[in-house]
Amino acid sequence: MKHNQRRKLIDKIMRWVLRLSIGGATVILLLIVGIITWRGIPGLSWEMISKPPEGSFYLGGGGGVLNAILGSLLLATGATLLASLIAVPVVLYIHTYAGRSRLADWLRLTLDVMWGIPSIVYGAFGFSLMILVGLRASLLAGIVTVAFVALPILARTFDEVLILVPKELRESTLALGTTRFEMLGMLLKQTLPGLLTAVLLAFGRAIGDGAAPMFTAGYTDRLPGGLTQPVATLPLSIFFQLSAPFKEVQTRAYASALILTAIILLISFLAQYTSRRLGRNVIR
Amino acid sequence: MEITRPESVNYGPVESVVRPSVAIGREATPERTAPPDSHRGRGRMRAFKNTFARRSLFVAAILLILLLVSIGVVLVTEALPILRNHSLVDLLTSQDWRPTHNAFGLLPFIAGSFIVTFFAMLLGVVPAVLSGIYLAEYTSSRRRSMVKPVVDLLAGIPSVVYGLWGILFVVPLIREVIAPALGDTLGTRWSLFAITNPSGYSVLAGAIVLAIMVFPLIVAVTDEVLRNIPRQLRESTLAMGATRWETTWCVVRYAGLPGIAAAVVLAFSRAFGETLAIMMVIGNTPLIPNSIFDAAYPLPALIANAYSEMMSVPQYQSALMLAALVLLCVVLMFNVAARRVIVRLGARV
Repeated sequence: MKHNQRRKLIDKIMRWVLRLSIGGATVILLLIVGIITWRGIPGLSWEMISKPPEGSFYLGGGGGVLNAILGSLLLATGATLLASLIAVPVVLYIHTYAGRSRLADWLRLTLDVMWGIPSIVYGAFGFSLMILVGLRASLLAGIVTVAFVALPILARTFDEVLILVPKELRESTLALGTTRFEMLGMLLKQTLPGLLTAVLLAFGRAIGDGAAPMFTAGYTDRLPGGLTQPVATLPLSIFFQLSAPFKEVQTRAYASALILTAIILLISFLAQYTSRRLGRNVIR
Repeated sequence: MEITRPESVNYGPVESVVRPSVAIGREATPERTAPPDSHRGRGRMRAFKNTFARRSLFVAAILLILLLVSIGVVLVTEALPILRNHSLVDLLTSQDWRPTHNAFGLLPFIAGSFIVTFFAMLLGVVPAVLSGIYLAEYTSSRRRSMVKPVVDLLAGIPSVVYGLWGILFVVPLIREVIAPALGDTLGTRWSLFAITNPSGYSVLAGAIVLAIMVFPLIVAVTDEVLRNIPRQLRESTLAMGATRWETTWCVVRYAGLPGIAAAVVLAFSRAFGETLAIMMVIGNTPLIPNSIFDAAYPLPALIANAYSEMMSVPQYQSALMLAALVLLCVVLMFNVAARRVIVRLGARV
């Protein structure tokens, strides 16, 4: 009987240890969000999100970070679009024509490898590429670099969604006499919510990434002017404001971080909502 | 996909079926005679579209592989100039980093990266694996939908925000609480805990931030791997009268261990390449750290910091490209191996 009591005790203790570890993670999440909110709220104002920085911004002068907000949004949108232009056809190719061939394996390995490459390496690569082509630091160069970061995330997530399409659906579509190209229509309709989730996920990663556009997007206090003009990004803006030695500027860095966090949380909620909403028309 | 392409497909109207050798396959063999055009108007168009789509998607796929190859080629060619004047072994083992004196020893940076990542793993792996086990083995689907968002949100927070949090919370915590407490007790005996740097910007700060950053990755992969283990294994153990923990420890552990190990390696490679967060809290001093309270200078931080100043110094850019190449090689080695294991186990990342 004693033996059994010990077993039950161990079970109970381990249950609490496991709960404690996940509880610790929850506490840390609350700590992160709480501290950023608590320190960021005092610096938050309408001016912060509606105006670009003025001349003395980094010395404590007026203005806001609209340049960085717009810059980040443009950069992430462009990068996600560019990435989906390559990622979606490739993944569709894997699922319609490549099947279980050697090429499909190679493509997945390529995507895995690309996912593993740190974004700072993409930054360095983008910089060399930019010099090779003769481009200056600009929105375009930044978009190309960040697209590398977004591409594997988008592709692999979309790939996972396509794997979940029941085999029977493909078989019955092909049995109706469609070509593989026409089967694409069915696949797209089935995976639209998943594709949207993948795109939003990649967008969230692209907007939060500071290392890749560091050398290629440049930095400017003006609003984004065009594809060939440099743009500011939120992560870099936060970074620069933090390195200023003035208290007011640092407070604004906290506020900018709060804005960035809010944008990303909004995107992740949006991703969950759309996938649930659009998922109603999918045959499972 | 199990469906194989049939030898010949009839895309045309039904009457054409009676012709024995109607074929619009990938390549029509010479023996096959083409049917009259009148039967094939629409079918031919469809077949053409299909072929066109296959070819253009194939081109996109090849393009992707070429893209990856080009990354490698560009990095290698950019790193070549410095390898002409210095030997690779010298560069990787020298501690002397003075770009203005033409000395590019990368060892402090490589060591810094490995050390901080190692400590991050030391701190992060156990809680993360336990959390993953909790999610996979102990939660009902309702509890799960309450706990899983915590992990997802942690994964979504951008690097720079982690760095900022590190500056606001972790660094002061180390400076005020951890360093005095550990340094006065353990620091007098072991140099690993000696306080050499009162600022708080240290290997430990970097390790704590990194540990939290890789936490969601390890949890997600562990959870995924464990949920792929057949349910019957657990049910039969439980039916024998084992407790939950005995089931986990004696049965699930063996089935899940390769996957969990792969998750840890994957997290290691992710942490190794992390840039912004780490360079904000680690102090950026190009010396090999001796104590966990020393500042360090990991490879990614070097690349990020040095880019603004490199134009004036000859060979600086080449040295940085070499640093990027080293970073790439280390990360890919771990990453690809881990991913192959995870994929083989049938989990999805």
